Amino acid sequence: MVLSAIDSATTVLAADSGWTILFTGDNLTRLLGGLWTSVSVAGLALVFGIPLGVVLGALRIMHNPVLRAVLRLYLEFFRIIPTLVILFLFYYILPREMGVQVDGETIAVVAFGLWVAAEISDVVRGALISVPEHQVDAGKALGMNGLQLLWYVRLPQSVNLMVPATINLAARVIMTTSLLLLISVIDVVTVGQQIMEANRMAHPDSAFWVYGFVFLLYFIVCWPLAMIARALEKRAKERNNG
Amino acid sequence: MNTLKKVIAGVLAGVTMISLAACGGSSSSDGAASSQQGQTVEQIKKAGTIRIATFGDLPPYGYVKNDGTRAGYDVALGNQVAKDLGVKVDWVQVNADGRVDALKSDKVDLVLANFTVTDERKQVVDFASPYMKVSIGVVSPDKAKITSADQLKGKTLAVTKGTTAETFFTQNYPDVNLQKFDSKTQQFQAFKDGRADALADDNTYLYAWAKDNKGYTVGIKTLGEESTISPAVKKGNKSLLDWTNKEIKTLTEQGFFEKAYQSELAPSFTSDIKPEDVIIK
Repeated sequence: MVLSAIDSATTVLAADSGWTILFTGDNLTRLLGGLWTSVSVAGLALVFGIPLGVVLGALRIMHNPVLRAVLRLYLEFFRIIPTLVILFLFYYILPREMGVQVDGETIAVVAFGLWVAAEISDVVRGALISVPEHQVDAGKALGMNGLQLLWYVRLPQSVNLMVPATINLAARVIMTTSLLLLISVIDVVTVGQQIMEANRMAHPDSAFWVYGFVFLLYFIVCWPLAMIARALEKRAKERNNG
Repeated sequence: MNTLKKVIAGVLAGVTMISLAACGGSSSSDGAASSQQGQTVEQIKKAGTIRIATFGDLPPYGYVKNDGTRAGYDVALGNQVAKDLGVKVDWVQVNADGRVDALKSDKVDLVLANFTVTDERKQVVDFASPYMKVSIGVVSPDKAKITSADQLKGKTLAVTKGTTAETFFTQNYPDVNLQKFDSKTQQFQAFKDGRADALADDNTYLYAWAKDNKGYTVGIKTLGEESTISPAVKKGNKSLLDWTNKEIKTLTEQGFFEKAYQSELAPSFTSDIKPEDVIIK
């Protein structure tokens, strides 16, 4: 059983098999370059989007109905419209209407950043209102103002509720970068397709190896996120339970 | 893809309404049809780069080699255009459905991406003179070669749904038994398995397929109306359109396309295909 598995593995890994395509020419560097594009776009979108989302989420627990309605509209806009359409809108339509040209990667960071902010605002709002009202009352009794209540009472007690959803979103953003070819940004999946098509005749089985490698790259990027999430949650729980 | 287009159209309608409401009458000022649109040849020369949209996944027309450089028949033309303008090329990779919008939104100056001229597309972009031609071809096994459409009567022909080949045979040869498939992979597989006597598709795809699959020949090279493949510029970019037309004419006279055919396309096609089957003289 084991022997036959090793046997078939060596057949698959023979020198003329599709895996060699990963190391032909500059393919490995190109794939890693594509991964860097995906990761940097997603990373910048999260760096700008999360703080903005936290602010918007905090604003959404205020009692001003106009503010709440506007922020709700913003959230629904980015949640309902597919990311594909948002990218198309930001890259092709808005510059046409407004007469400004911005490169694709910047557009991607802005569009993804606004999407992240919208999703995070709802995560933060949900977590903040889950803090028991008597905690807030206790803070008020100590003479805290609104900002102090947020910073010293609400945020510390709800941050562990925000972590899982935020990490989920981060992984989703990284994987959604595969749509970027639509706005002519070359991400890791597009590089993979270029490699497969250029070697279609010499290596018809290259799809398996290229996609397999791209899967591995995504995994290497997203796995640490899961680890970070676990560590953060554990720390928050320990702190809350004293 | 159609649902996506509907969603986009809906969103666009909404955005247009909002922007119309917001801008009031200001948008009417750019409506003059005769004015120059997009970058002129002078502006491109001054900028030092021409932005060209191309495919990255369609060998031998536009693809990326293992060393990361772009190659193919479309790319060869783009490089020559840039050389004659005295500028560098900034390649912008697009999907088939991004080609029109890339021009409309001034993301690129020129499209060289196997862009077939159709009446619908003529409404939204300006096509220059053609540099390649394409029409329906029929491939069959060497043992039972089919060289004319009349030979197909009562026989089974594999086609892909939604292609020009399907429409052509449905309208003009109702006696042919069409076997319709959803994808190119499926139609070629069925044909190789012997489930059809012949297969019809764009001749430019068939030439390359017959090269990879021994024992098959493109017996009918052209059927029905011939389509052409042209460079496209933004609608109203008269400066670049005139320049490109002149360029195509000069390059044709210099035999550039024949050379490009030999270096880019011939290695991927079967040996019985001649340059004049694909290029325009």
